[in-house]
Amino acid sequence: MRKLCKFVPSVFSHQTITLTLKEEIQLSTVTLTINGQEVTVPAGTTVLDAALGAGIFIPTFCHDPNFPGYGGCRICVVEIKGARNMPASCVTAAANGMVVETESPAVVETRKTILELMLANHPVDCLTCEKSGECKLQDFCFRYDVKGPKFVGEKKDQPLDTSNPYITRDTNKCILCGRCVRSCNDVEDRSVINFAYRGFKTKVAPAMDSGLAESACVSCSRCVAVCPVGALTYTSTAGKGRVWEVEKEQVTCGWCESGCLFDLVKKDGKVIGVVAKASGEGRPLCLKGRLGMELRYNDQPLKPMLKKDDEYVEVSWTEALGLDDIMEKLK
Amino acid sequence: MSNLKEMRSGIEEQYKAKLNRPRIVVGLGTCGIAAGGNKVMKAIKDEVANRKLDVDVDFTSCIGMCFAEPAVEIALPGTPSVVYGGIYPDKVAQLIEGHVIGKKPVTELAAIQITGDATPFDGIPVMEKSGYYAKQVRSVTSRLGRTNPESIGDYIATGGYAAIDKAISMDRLDIINEIKKSGLRGRGGGGFPTGNKWQFVHDAVGDKKYIVCNADEGDPGAFMDRSVLEGDPHAVLEGMMVAGYSIGADEGVIYCRAEYPLAIKRLNLAIEEAEKMGLMGDNILGSGFNFTVRIKAGAGAFVCGEETALLNSIEGQRGMPRVRPPFPAHKGLWQKPTCLNNVETFANIPFIIRNGGEWYASMGTEKSKGSKVFCLTGKINNTGLCEVPMGITMGEILNDIAGGILGGKKFKAVQSGGPSGGCLPTEQLGLPIDYDSLISAGAMMGSGGLVFMDETTCMVDVAKFFLNFTQLESCGKCTPCREGTKRLLETLIRITEGAGTAEDIPNLERLAKVIKSSALCALGQTAPNPVLTTLRYFRDEYEAHINDKKCPAGVCPELLTFVILKDKCVGCGLCLKACPVSAIAGEKKEVHKIDGAKCIKCGACVPTCKLNAIIKA
Amino acid sequence: MAVCKCTGEQVESPQDVQLNELLDHYRGYAGGLIPVLQGAQEIYGYLPAEVLETISQELKLPFSEVFGVVTFYAQFHLKPRGRNIIRVCLGTACHVLGGSKIFQALKDELGVENGGTTEDLRFTLESVACIGACGLAPCIMINDDTHGRLVTSALKNILEQYK
Repeated sequence: MRKLCKFVPSVFSHQTITLTLKEEIQLSTVTLTINGQEVTVPAGTTVLDAALGAGIFIPTFCHDPNFPGYGGCRICVVEIKGARNMPASCVTAAANGMVVETESPAVVETRKTILELMLANHPVDCLTCEKSGECKLQDFCFRYDVKGPKFVGEKKDQPLDTSNPYITRDTNKCILCGRCVRSCNDVEDRSVINFAYRGFKTKVAPAMDSGLAESACVSCSRCVAVCPVGALTYTSTAGKGRVWEVEKEQVTCGWCESGCLFDLVKKDGKVIGVVAKASGEGRPLCLKGRLGMELRYNDQPLKPMLKKDDEYVEVSWTEALGLDDIMEKLK
Repeated sequence: MSNLKEMRSGIEEQYKAKLNRPRIVVGLGTCGIAAGGNKVMKAIKDEVANRKLDVDVDFTSCIGMCFAEPAVEIALPGTPSVVYGGIYPDKVAQLIEGHVIGKKPVTELAAIQITGDATPFDGIPVMEKSGYYAKQVRSVTSRLGRTNPESIGDYIATGGYAAIDKAISMDRLDIINEIKKSGLRGRGGGGFPTGNKWQFVHDAVGDKKYIVCNADEGDPGAFMDRSVLEGDPHAVLEGMMVAGYSIGADEGVIYCRAEYPLAIKRLNLAIEEAEKMGLMGDNILGSGFNFTVRIKAGAGAFVCGEETALLNSIEGQRGMPRVRPPFPAHKGLWQKPTCLNNVETFANIPFIIRNGGEWYASMGTEKSKGSKVFCLTGKINNTGLCEVPMGITMGEILNDIAGGILGGKKFKAVQSGGPSGGCLPTEQLGLPIDYDSLISAGAMMGSGGLVFMDETTCMVDVAKFFLNFTQLESCGKCTPCREGTKRLLETLIRITEGAGTAEDIPNLERLAKVIKSSALCALGQTAPNPVLTTLRYFRDEYEAHINDKKCPAGVCPELLTFVILKDKCVGCGLCLKACPVSAIAGEKKEVHKIDGAKCIKCGACVPTCKLNAIIKA
Repeated sequence: MAVCKCTGEQVESPQDVQLNELLDHYRGYAGGLIPVLQGAQEIYGYLPAEVLETISQELKLPFSEVFGVVTFYAQFHLKPRGRNIIRVCLGTACHVLGGSKIFQALKDELGVENGGTTEDLRFTLESVACIGACGLAPCIMINDDTHGRLVTSALKNILEQYK
């Protein structure tokens, strides 16, 4: 049986550590040393969360507090005294007496190499990338002084997927952290994308490696909301402003009682788009919600499109929002 | 039938009767079949029928002498049985006429004789004293090439299922202690103490526990597990049953690579026969212990040899490794406590239970006990399967068992542990083989593949070969392995093509170290080993490729020039005709010349010259 | 599904019947996806998209996950494979001696492109970098047999040997 929909944040995510401590006082705790600082956390807490809770930064790509335990990108590796290798802090449980170094020369060397490897298989087109300014890859390269790809060789060369009118998918920019896959697969009747192929050829793809439009994608944008790089971006805001030119204002969707969170993207005080931020309790985010927010807040929203007979066609707002029957009655 | 002892006496009688009849036995392992064993079998049967001989024709698995396939054994009661090598159908008549009818062994075709109590024949090496076997032990391989693997009778008559019979009357923890006492360590490569692993699974809390046998042997140059599965499938099943009984599991899964159809067939047959005799299934031997085994065929992914990837694959998912902890002992198959060992480990269990842990621990070194099966391949005289006590030196394996390097050439290196292992040079031939010494030398035991290389092997090319393999088999989950092995390979390709630069060596080292320390699973962490060990022991070859644009072993085509020696060439014109691109010119009976600009370095000319006048430089 | 030649209706082909039997056996069986895919490939010779979709529906697994598993394992093929695999060497020696002419002639003869399979599933045509038989250039391999020093006129006779 497949897992049911669950949207409970990890009890070990750093925002909830203090809460956990208070609530679950009976839980045993462990004390470890991170960068010389003694840290006490509930047993079972990851080294990553222990560090973040103590105000020590560790970079992550694939770690998602809602779907922990992946451990694939390896950017969060740390040195632990006595360990044979460098474990990923996001999947390593803190233990009593553990001595952790999060920015030792060896750790920094490893992170730099991992970033160089990512860049070597990436277009490195930050000048025109929509994500520039809020891209984790860019941020960490800045932090670790990685100027560009150090390795030359084969690069992914996959076509840009613009088949879906809402989501632009550029798998050449994908670092295969899998957050989109885990997010999409958390909703049983979606699970539209998954890892396909293997090794260097691995990519995130819908069934039969089709475009998003051909797949069963419902454009809920859960995937876009978690993508740490420019692989998944909103088509509606493309080219309308750089990250540093816009402000974001959080709004709560009112279509249903769940109240998913959206961000209004504003430039010069004007809303230029609405993007998904986080799903509400027990809800998976939906296109209708986001379109509704667009219509409400955006003075110049793009025309809504819906998939009919396997093709996206422009529809009226009432149809897009499922209000046709109501409008009929109000006439 | 629940009493094995009663059952056994009858079966033993039958087995004795079988041995007391004249027999011709054909080796039908995958290797024997590939060499034409089935055709030999048919030829023998025809010959026996045509001559109306009173001889049984039987088959067995691989005795280990791959160099002698197709192998045929002839056993006449009261005389030693003789194993003949290289018996193709055209030799069958000679063999039968000489040995079966004439009662005289055909010495010139004989490889070894197995004497038992009989007086040895003259002029044929006695197995235990023969070069190939003198330094071997035959424990886990004792039935290979000796019994019919498709006969449960042969298995039981040779002590089979005595271990489970003994185990079910023992306390579970006593069994585990016996395994601990034996010092047995995982034979799949990691070398984790088996008894400790069983203890973890025993202690793990769970309503359901599993036994999983890793039969996804995928290293190039390794076929130990295939040989054991094809030659002694019941031993693997019995080992799994003992494990199941001691940790409290009633279900076992064998994950076998799909490329081993014969092993799968023989395992299925073994399961069927064992179930029929009440040795598997419900209430085994009346003990109340239930145990079933099913086979899961792999689908072509080397990474599934990694235990957590293997579990994902059994569950029907992509074979991508899981993060550990939790270890399979706590959360394994379907998140239940799972005892996961490889074929050879399980096959050792019945011998340990029957003979005691101390017996096993009497073989081997302080930290690596018992015996280990190795596959010997590469440029040696005797390729094949051997079982040796731990602690034997690499040099003994090379010179005594493998019969030295082929064609009298010079030994250069041996790759131990497949793509996860490393190359060891001449200086390390004195190294006693055990888990820890191999790791300290930069290689690893791995599952037991030993690929020997001679002076004509280019070590950069070897590293490239293994990296190409791991790179293709990387699952793609973690960045260092997915992206890093690709870049290692690309750098090695550049070096072998003469485009290497001075930074390549430090870059390779840096990247290899990062992959080793930060990759997610053992496959990724060990993937750079071939690069690191060749750099450690054969750095000069890398430097020659990069700095001098030369391949010292004369392997990398881009770095070779072909030259015709003036004083040797007689102008016969054979090379000229062989050259596919007309790069060779010269008048008849005059010295020929190779046009370097036209030459594509295919080497087609070299073997055509009867005077060895063409050299690679 | 096959289309009935008389009525034009969609009918269950014998292969579909076999697939259903296979699915019946594995429905509700934990971890059944890979054995089902192996069985389906036995039945169809490869894994067509419609078959994968059926498997995903019947085993109640996301189609994307099924596709992910299929593309992970080397054993599975999304396109039909021929009974005989022709590998045309396009290494340097073969190239110089007209390997590409041989390749073109084979493409014309079989009516397929590189990587393609003939409709009767008799041949799959592939190119390879070098098969190490430069002395025999230009050469091709069919299954495990090497055919060297080829001229285009010889191809027909060689292909005849493989049914």
